[in-house]
Amino acid sequence: MISGAEIMVKCLQEEGVSILFGYPGAVICPFFDKLYETDIKAILVRQEQNAAHAASGYARATSKVGVCVATSGPGALNMITGIATAYMDSIPMVAITGQVKSDVLGRDVFQEADITGACESFVKHSYLVKDTADLPRVFKEAFHIANTGRPGPVLIDVPVDIQQGEIEEFVYPEKVNIIGYKPSVQGHPMQIKRAVEALLDSKKPVICVGGGVLTSGAKPKLREFAKLTNIPVVSTMMGIGAMPSNDERYVGMIGSHGVKAANKTINEADLIILCGARVGDRAVSSPNQVAKNSRVIHIDIDPAEIGKNMKTTIPIVGDLKNVLTQMLKEVSYTAPKEWLEDIAGWKKEFAKPHVKFDGYVEPQSFLEKLSEMLDKKSILIADVGQNQIWCANSFKVSDGRFFTSGGMGTMGYSVPAAVGAKFARPSRDVVAVCGDGSFQMSMNELATIAQNHLNVKIIVMRNTVLGMVHELQDFFYGSRYAVTELDEMPNFASIAAAYGIESAFVSSNEEAEMYAEKMLKSDKPFLLVCNVHPNTPSR
Amino acid sequence: MKYTLSVLVENHAGVLSKVSGLFSRRGFNIDSLAVGTTEDENISRITIVADGDEYVIEQLEKQLNKLIPVIKVRTLTEGSFVSCELYLVKVRCTAKQRLDIMKIAELMQAKIVDVAQNSITLQFADTSERFDTLTELLKPYGIREIVRTGTVAIEKDSAVKK
Repeated sequence: MISGAEIMVKCLQEEGVSILFGYPGAVICPFFDKLYETDIKAILVRQEQNAAHAASGYARATSKVGVCVATSGPGALNMITGIATAYMDSIPMVAITGQVKSDVLGRDVFQEADITGACESFVKHSYLVKDTADLPRVFKEAFHIANTGRPGPVLIDVPVDIQQGEIEEFVYPEKVNIIGYKPSVQGHPMQIKRAVEALLDSKKPVICVGGGVLTSGAKPKLREFAKLTNIPVVSTMMGIGAMPSNDERYVGMIGSHGVKAANKTINEADLIILCGARVGDRAVSSPNQVAKNSRVIHIDIDPAEIGKNMKTTIPIVGDLKNVLTQMLKEVSYTAPKEWLEDIAGWKKEFAKPHVKFDGYVEPQSFLEKLSEMLDKKSILIADVGQNQIWCANSFKVSDGRFFTSGGMGTMGYSVPAAVGAKFARPSRDVVAVCGDGSFQMSMNELATIAQNHLNVKIIVMRNTVLGMVHELQDFFYGSRYAVTELDEMPNFASIAAAYGIESAFVSSNEEAEMYAEKMLKSDKPFLLVCNVHPNTPSR
Repeated sequence: MKYTLSVLVENHAGVLSKVSGLFSRRGFNIDSLAVGTTEDENISRITIVADGDEYVIEQLEKQLNKLIPVIKVRTLTEGSFVSCELYLVKVRCTAKQRLDIMKIAELMQAKIVDVAQNSITLQFADTSERFDTLTELLKPYGIREIVRTGTVAIEKDSAVKK
């Protein structure tokens, strides 16, 4: 006989899970107890939301499914924001929650919450397991759904009696058979042909890359395609890192917080190739206005994204890596020189000098410098707020990665995501950049970092205000700083010291660079607090 | 414009809530939704009548397809299907009026399923247009209650009128 809890652990082993992030509680205890005997690492975070963010950081760094675990009721509810954040950024994740005994479900017992109901609109799929014998199939399906097609979080809610229940033997299904779920991965050959032909008529083509390029592992193909055709590339926030920042064809991030030259490029283009980008409202505020002047080829694995935000001339449903491989075989096109010269001109024309304040760190030039100091494959994780915009526009990626909560814009993402990323890639530099607002939302994870001796570097842009909203108040609310001032700021150095973590407080770029160098040489965690002037603009 | 969608889903607990939840969270308006098992007991069919333009219906179809337990979605084109709804109507009726209402029921092919001192209940299965005709005829007597199932539809095998 084998118990449900043991089955759950065996399923994780079958799926090759080596680490998960979680927080225990009474009704998930049977599972954690069985996990204790195995070599799957269970990392105790300090709040459940951070378990999901850590799983997200891990998933992004490995392309494997990230796993997070919480107990019923408040544990599961705390995890919601993390699950929704993963959903918006298409992160493969399996979230496991304990649930009260199945025979008292719906009676509002202690720590009961309808978590499958609550998460319905931001999980790819969810299960409430009612029979121990269903566990192997449910786990097999959950991992399959999470990491195929357009990835996303899958929730498995397991009542405690199902974990305690026993069945004869454990057999892990070899195959998944869900009749309603067969994502197409190859682009339709006719559509590929149409796309390649459309290129031939184009004088001003542009490729717009989104998170899908990174998710599908199409980065090398994309770079090859851009090089071969010489088509300029703009990026959404999620697509940063798909192209090397210093590539001559790369123009920059589009959108309300992007680079003017990139926006100009997509507005002037006569053909837009959207690659795994859903062009959300932050990327293009009026996409159909843009599409009016140009034809749009939209490549995405999720058919529902095609035509949702931008009118599409040639839709191609499929895995970007395959579609680009197919297109590479057929394409023979080079973008006109004049078009690239125009863009190079705009890049120069619209380049903006950074605003500097004496006695403060100027974040954008510091981030540019930091990019040079970091190793080529480093992972930088930006939080949400002005720090996100500074990182998106100034951090230079080559072979490394840039993670951020792009879709949901969840403050507090960077530190726990860095925890997950560092576990995934221990040999790479992992740096979290946050503001003093976002840092205070998840600084409890310093405990997780300390407990696991994780070599995570944290940079806090300390401007003593909630900068993004503060700036918005300058533009639209007559500089009335309602509830955005962080007075009586805690001493971050003392906080770091309380966890036994080294730190430095810097007030100039020279100092910042000096300590950054010191911090990167050490194999211990470090908190670098940059004193930033509250009026430093996002761009 | 009104569209009729025919959706095949896996017959599991929670599937209906996933489908109906989609409508509210994506802001789609539905007129009716009817659900029941098919010839295969593991599969249910949901018939949805929704209001919207082409963009809305295309989105609706795609978003429905994204749900894992959804097997197939079809938007039925006008003239390619027959549809029907079941109605129960309770009408005020004195002893004197009984014969009149029985006449109407006979004319409209409605079935009388309950007769009481002061009311009569009709069962009627047809299209919503025919039902409108019936209610017009019954209004003068005073309609006390209407219960309807929502439209169900099936594709025609006979010559399809485009």
